[in-house]
Amino acid sequence: MGREAGDYHVIALAGNPNTGKSTVFNALTGLKQHTGNWPGKTVLLAEGSFIHHGARYKLVDLPGTYSLIANSGEEEVARDFIYFGNPDATVVVTDATCLERNLNLVYQIMEITPRVVMCVNLMDEARRKRIKVNKKVLAKRLGIPVVTTIAKSGEGLYELKEIISRMATGRMKTQPCLVKYEPEVEAMIECVTDDLRKVIGKDYCLRWLALRVLDGDSELIKRVEERVSGRNCKHGQGRLKQLSRRDAT
Amino acid sequence: MDKEGLNSYQGEMPLKDKIVRSIYSQAEETVGFAVRFEEGGSDWDRKLDDILTSPVWGFPIMLLLLGIILWITISGANVPSDILADFFFELEGKLTGYVMLLGLPAWFNGLFVVGAYRTLAWVVSVMLPPMAIFFPLFTLLEDLGYLPRVAFNLDRVFKACGSHGKQALTMCMGFGCNAAGVISCRIIDSPRERLIAILTNNFTFCNGRFPTLIALSLIFMGGLSKTGGEVRATFVVVGMVLTGIIVTLLVSYVLSKTLLKGTPSSFILELPPYRLPRVGSVLVRSILDRTIFVLTRAVLIALPAGAVIWLMVNINVGDKTLLSQGAEFLQPFAALIGLDGYILMAFILGFPANEIVLPILIMAYMSWGEMSDLGSMQAMGELFIEHGWTWTTALCTMLFSMLHFPCGTTLYTIAKETKSVKWTVLAFALPTFVAIVVCFIVNQSIGLFWR
Amino acid sequence: MKMDRLKPGALAFVRGLDATGVQRRRLLDIGLVKGTRISVIRRSPLGDPVLYEIRGAMIALRSEEAALIEIGLE
Ligand SMILES: Nc1nc2c(ncn2[C@@H]2O[C@H](COP(=O)(O)OP(=O)(O)OP(=O)(O)O)[C@@H](O)[C@H]2O)c(=O)[nH]1
Ligand SMILES: [Mg+2]
Repeated sequence: MGREAGDYHVIALAGNPNTGKSTVFNALTGLKQHTGNWPGKTVLLAEGSFIHHGARYKLVDLPGTYSLIANSGEEEVARDFIYFGNPDATVVVTDATCLERNLNLVYQIMEITPRVVMCVNLMDEARRKRIKVNKKVLAKRLGIPVVTTIAKSGEGLYELKEIISRMATGRMKTQPCLVKYEPEVEAMIECVTDDLRKVIGKDYCLRWLALRVLDGDSELIKRVEERVSGRNCKHGQGRLKQLSRRDAT
Repeated sequence: MDKEGLNSYQGEMPLKDKIVRSIYSQAEETVGFAVRFEEGGSDWDRKLDDILTSPVWGFPIMLLLLGIILWITISGANVPSDILADFFFELEGKLTGYVMLLGLPAWFNGLFVVGAYRTLAWVVSVMLPPMAIFFPLFTLLEDLGYLPRVAFNLDRVFKACGSHGKQALTMCMGFGCNAAGVISCRIIDSPRERLIAILTNNFTFCNGRFPTLIALSLIFMGGLSKTGGEVRATFVVVGMVLTGIIVTLLVSYVLSKTLLKGTPSSFILELPPYRLPRVGSVLVRSILDRTIFVLTRAVLIALPAGAVIWLMVNINVGDKTLLSQGAEFLQPFAALIGLDGYILMAFILGFPANEIVLPILIMAYMSWGEMSDLGSMQAMGELFIEHGWTWTTALCTMLFSMLHFPCGTTLYTIAKETKSVKWTVLAFALPTFVAIVVCFIVNQSIGLFWR
Repeated sequence: MKMDRLKPGALAFVRGLDATGVQRRRLLDIGLVKGTRISVIRRSPLGDPVLYEIRGAMIALRSEEAALIEIGLE
């Protein structure tokens, strides 16, 4: 993802399938990505840009996913963009009527990057189903900014732009409240993280990577290894693989 | 832990589970604090689903909706088609006038006006209206959330054929354009089932072939001027769609038992709530979308193709034109499957885009005859009948159009999506084979039983 | 008891999964972890797949998948 420094900020739009990502994308960029009321409408990356207070933001509409484990091509596309693409901010568009499952993805993304905005979309449907979302409490619990929107009518999108711009330019810091795993899992994470730090240095989000090592996601580990070996750590090659083998214990 | 256990799933499972479980319990806790669920929300969704996915009404309603959309398209397309045709025909006269005025040679008029311009005009006037009516209606159903219900209703059938229920969704996308349909196959995760969906997507007719079917069914089965012609034509086109679905299922079945053997993979389909589309803006948007789509393709493909075809019907090799040479060579084979050499030639030359098949055919026939009124169904019917078409010819042409090889763009997309020459070749060969077999059987049985 | 045994209208909760690999992960990701409540909404016209409500979403599963989900009744 080549990008000239300072030229524009890259913003990723992630979320579960059919939560309105493309609708948000269209509303912000004025483009005409196809939307449709079924999960899986977007399968390719789409890019567009918008200008807010004179600064330019490049928005990337990702395919909808339930998770970032790369069980499928779309998940891989989304994960690669968020993890390797290193966007300046990631907006997770969520369905207000089904937040538990949507939070599964939000928490996963928070493990990768602290620069996350949660956009609780489809507020009109939540209202219809009498579901009341308290965004202040949500934001406090998660430690990231939360915006409620109705993408179809544009409600809340100005606020979303404000927050995106503050986050992407570094004027807003977040303190994500990450998931606490069971003590023995946490112990493993710590152990793997230490090893990873020695092997690949600091720039990759190690906690998340450690979790994937524990998951046994060998394909991802290979990818990271390729990147690392292309850069500073010569002695690190092959170590990750050993790690991933070791951890199933 | 021993070596075996490390890499086997027993070793990993509890850990994966623990990770996801922790995330979910934290999510539950957060939702518990931040979200309140109150009684008495509306549930018209479920009531609608009671009908649209009911054992009794589910299937009839799918068929009925298809029929209604096709009927609106068929009966609505006539008037705008005529208006466009009149407009283009008048303009053609003017263009020819200018060409003469400038003292340009006759071949110039032939190549650019009769060849390129007329093909473009034909494509726009005959193709645009049905596409610009069908597609917006379809988009309304899509926005309402009906398509996943179709997949839900039909999944059992797809499963029986060894393929994936989401194939119904990719087929729906194929109605708009098979290339788009092929790309949408990415929603199917299992590579085996995805390939099946890609290889069979062509059996749902795209917008480029749809107007051909409409025109032929109106002329030959509807009875143009007779009352109720549009309704009869609608039945024929619905029949064609069903034929396409049946062929899709049969071919999927055969593929899943031979080349793409395997067990059905997992099927997880989320049904979104119904959402009332903003009818006005959806209509305006998708009509504009389609118009731009059709016009772009017409300019990029129909225009140059028109010029090339004009050359082919005007350059003589020996005592015949290039096109006639080809057509005569194909004639014996074409006759077996209920077509004639020119029709087959038109399909072959129409490889870049299905829209240009009929205009090629018209130009080929016209090289020894004149069609007075460009774009009128009446004139087209007369031209075809003059060249020996019967009801059977029309049926076989429609079937061939439904089933034959995918257009160039689609094939290119298939090559990109599968990254394999083998599957791309098969994506070409398989439908062609099916089309030939079906047309042969239909033609021969009509010959045997009806005479 | 396995989930494919349930009839429309039934309420249950998840006890565990028999699936492995990617399939297991997918089921987990849509929220079918231990203790999750599910309710059976309807069968499709031909009897399979069946629509379940899982964490506020309507999700259709084939009987093969449902048979991998061990449930307990409320
Ligand atoms: N009522 C309501 N409908 C919305 C809202 N936002 C989006 N929609 C509708 O929800 C459906 C899905 O929107 P998309 O933007 O295609 O969703 P997506 O997240 O891009 O979906 P995928 O690409 O399949 O992952 C469309 O029919 C939209 O019109 C909203 O705030 N309220
Ligand atoms: Mg989308």
